[in-house]
Amino acid sequence: MSQELLNKAVAGSIKDTPPEFRVGDTVNVSVRIAEGEKERVQVFRGVVIARKGGGVAETFTVRRIVNNEGVERIFLLHSPTLAGVEVVRSGQTRRAKLYYLRKRVGKATRLHDIAQGSRFTKPRSAKAAPQDIVEETPADDEPQKIDEPQTDSEPVSEEKPEE
Amino acid sequence: MYPALIGKKIGMTQVFADDGVVCPVTVVLAGPCVVMQIKKTDEKDGYDAVQIGFEDVKTRRATKPAIGHAGQAKTAPKKIIREVRMPDVQADADVGATLTVDLFDGVNFVDVSGTTKGKGFAGGVKRHGFKGQLASHGVERKHRSPGSIGGHGTDLGHGGNIKKGKKMAGHMGAAQNTSRNHRLVSIDAENNLLLIKGALPGPNGGYLFIKKSRTARDK
Repeated sequence: MSQELLNKAVAGSIKDTPPEFRVGDTVNVSVRIAEGEKERVQVFRGVVIARKGGGVAETFTVRRIVNNEGVERIFLLHSPTLAGVEVVRSGQTRRAKLYYLRKRVGKATRLHDIAQGSRFTKPRSAKAAPQDIVEETPADDEPQKIDEPQTDSEPVSEEKPEE
Repeated sequence: MYPALIGKKIGMTQVFADDGVVCPVTVVLAGPCVVMQIKKTDEKDGYDAVQIGFEDVKTRRATKPAIGHAGQAKTAPKKIIREVRMPDVQADADVGATLTVDLFDGVNFVDVSGTTKGKGFAGGVKRHGFKGQLASHGVERKHRSPGSIGGHGTDLGHGGNIKKGKKMAGHMGAAQNTSRNHRLVSIDAENNLLLIKGALPGPNGGYLFIKKSRTARDK
């Protein structure tokens, strides 16, 4: 009961349709920035290397290289200042957290594009990816969880066994 | 009526302000409370207060006096009963009236009382913030000890005894505590919820007494 009440309490702060993306995606993150009375939108482009937390507290980390220096920004998924997340391309991943990218430089930081496929996988469209998983995994309780990707970060980690 | 309610701590979470600033809040299920009794100075009580009750007890588990007392307010016996002192009496509440979070409309800051989590028998470092001794430099098995508590005759007039109230190890927590001047972030009248900024005393599920702050800046 208490969890229900907590959910009700934050209902106003949580987005009905949070942006959809996955770990490994290259994204354009738009953030609203207030300058005096004016408001402008700043875009941060990079690879999503982690999604953390659940519910109203969910965050994601975007990494990019600026002037040969790695830059990471952590965004709050449900923040009202987060204007949108646009997926540019989807990378093939076998991890829920791509922290290993921090140790890599240059070409080694690239991820296989899901749309083009890799040595191990067939090409497929990034959007169709979630459905593929539902079909491929044994029909345990998996589909149930995938139905609600907004509320928990589990579907991200569930990708791993597949492939 | 002076804004005050009995409630139950649900847990902590966070909410966003319009400008995107995150505010850590404790969610409290406050009320509905029932006015059990009204006390007045000019009658036998000698002071002005309103007695409020929260959460029903099954009648078969309540004592006869508790049932009788609740019967005067035409309600079920209550689990928690508290009194709210009314500075400017003539309490406009009636016996038997139901109080909800609407009482807190327009209130910006609240004081919250509750019973803190019990810590058991705690040492001086945890209980009083003593620094303990060094980690190395020859200190052996005394890293968290309180050190000297005074010698012969150092407490003048005490004849070499230790002063009462000397800070030492002992039982900690499970005591009443009031945390003041918490900002009341929002009120959810539909679900009887108060969202109060910051951490509040006690475990989740513990009972709290919330009232309008008398000391806050925007009084």
